[in-house]
Amino acid sequence: MVFCLRRRDGLPGLSISIAFTLVWIGLIVALPLTALVLRPWQDGGGVMLRVLHDARMYAALRVSFGCAALAAAIDVPLGLLLAWALVRARLPGRRAIDALIDLPFALPTAVTGITLATLYGPTGWVGALLARAGIRVAYTPAGIVAALMFVGLPFIVRAVEPVLRGLPPELEEAGLLLGASPLQNFRRVILPPLLPPLVAGFSLAFARCIGEYGSVIFIAGNQPFRSEIAPLLIVVRLQEYDYNGATAIALILLMSALACMTGVAALRRRVSRGLVARGAA
Amino acid sequence: MSVQIRSLTRRAPNASRKMLDGVSLTIEDGAFVALVGPSGAGKTTLLRTIAGLDGPYEGTVLVDGRVLAGRPMRERRIGFVFQNYALFRHMTVARNISFGLDVLPRGERPDRGAIAARVAELLELIQLPTLGGAYPDQLSGGQRQRVALARALATKPGLLLLDEPFGALDPIVRRQIRRWLRGLHDQLGLTTVLVTHDHDEALEVADRLVVMQNGRVVQEAAAETLDAAPATPFVMEFLGEALEFPGQVAHGRFLPDDPNVLSFAVGAGDGPATAYLRPHEARLVAAGGAARAIPLTGGQGGLRRLAVALGTREVEILVLPERLGQVGTEGLGLDIGRARLFRDGAPLAGAPPVASGQELPRVTVG
Repeated sequence: MVFCLRRRDGLPGLSISIAFTLVWIGLIVALPLTALVLRPWQDGGGVMLRVLHDARMYAALRVSFGCAALAAAIDVPLGLLLAWALVRARLPGRRAIDALIDLPFALPTAVTGITLATLYGPTGWVGALLARAGIRVAYTPAGIVAALMFVGLPFIVRAVEPVLRGLPPELEEAGLLLGASPLQNFRRVILPPLLPPLVAGFSLAFARCIGEYGSVIFIAGNQPFRSEIAPLLIVVRLQEYDYNGATAIALILLMSALACMTGVAALRRRVSRGLVARGAA
Repeated sequence: MSVQIRSLTRRAPNASRKMLDGVSLTIEDGAFVALVGPSGAGKTTLLRTIAGLDGPYEGTVLVDGRVLAGRPMRERRIGFVFQNYALFRHMTVARNISFGLDVLPRGERPDRGAIAARVAELLELIQLPTLGGAYPDQLSGGQRQRVALARALATKPGLLLLDEPFGALDPIVRRQIRRWLRGLHDQLGLTTVLVTHDHDEALEVADRLVVMQNGRVVQEAAAETLDAAPATPFVMEFLGEALEFPGQVAHGRFLPDDPNVLSFAVGAGDGPATAYLRPHEARLVAAGGAARAIPLTGGQGGLRRLAVALGTREVEILVLPERLGQVGTEGLGLDIGRARLFRDGAPLAGAPPVASGQELPRVTVG
């Protein structure tokens, strides 16, 4: 399919570019992934069987995926609000906020982790307040979710923002003129075109959150079966010189992530109906 | 539904510039009115203000004698078609059309069958009976335009507001759709206000034209009288190609500054004046003047385009092809007896009626 391209295409040197891209993808992405898939079987299937019976790993995967999904899900409305404020409201200091949103991308994740741990810790600004209300965030799964929300938010904002900016204001006016209430207008007119970028942002944030390590381990408490994430368990196994165990967990993490991403992609196609040219969805 | 607008003024946000400046206008029930003018004249702003979009304004806007501001949109019975159509891309054509019915509160909403029947009826009306299941992105410009119209008509509005609805269409589709729209207007008994910058379109489709310039209404008149008696030189020039002849009125005659242009009788006081006329209204006469005719390519409505070399400039006029044979190309004079006279931007009282010497056929010149 890739090779039956039209002769005249917008991009010059397309066939060379594609060949180059394929080689590059092979070297950078496919090769390590293949190694990851093959490594656990090197010493026979026994390692894999052992790992598959490891309840601690399942707990860690549950924590990782559960917290990532929850954090990304909470980020969706927050990111939408933030994007809305950036695009529609003439906020003072809009540019500063705009720059701040990308900060989680730039910060070393360990810095994020330590900052959040300090903030939400029992003596931190927020942590002390919450402790008075009887809520513990640091060293619980709630802390993991808090850290992941911080990391995932920019994905949502940056995915929604351009689409929101490109949404003609006449759409809303048309809805109102046709008698829709503001709530109906939001639900029926504004939200549907924003769903594809919201789902895309969600999937990016979710993917990032599954693999997130640095920002989580300082705040999570890392108790096995409760607040230990899968990436940390891999590191633990590596420190125990159990390379096969580590790669086996990594493989399962990879497979689960792949399954989740496929599901999200299917969802995105569903909500994109009519919004993208036929066949390109 | 009738619309009364009294001294309406709107300012641009964060600017003192007036987008609308003391606009007063009455639109009778059942009228088809076109708002015309160059871009930036305030046509769209006026239309949006009638619809109740945008922020506050000074003055009053009454629809059927009532102020609309603060009343729910669905009670206003206004259909609006945007320049970019503003169709909902994520909905099928049928869902787009039924939107106004779907959002009605449960008590007032027709049941599914009735909505489907109404959609089918409207699809029939816009001559796209099979496209109910298509998405807007799969339609052509003309089809989208009609879907936008059907969507606006679904709730049976009394007042239809159209913002440059034909702007993006090719000339043939454009002509078809405006005929069709005019038919629809008559058939449904609508009051229609159309914004356009194309005077031809306005003349063809509307009963009355409202010419706007710099946020003001310059002239409001029936299509036929507008060309005969323009209120300002701007209106004259906006409605089509116009030739300009400065001169003086003295002793009951207009004397053009150019000696090769013939004078004519007027009933106005002495003083400077400017004559304007359409290219097809000028006549060549064998008057022994110094004007020369230079045939050009092209023409309109069976008329031939000519350049007439006067003393210091050339003007282009349209004449019957055989006229050139009668008068030759040398030693000519230009008869502008059918011109409209203006002094200080206002029509000159006592200027002759346009219908003097109907020798040439009347055509609308684009």
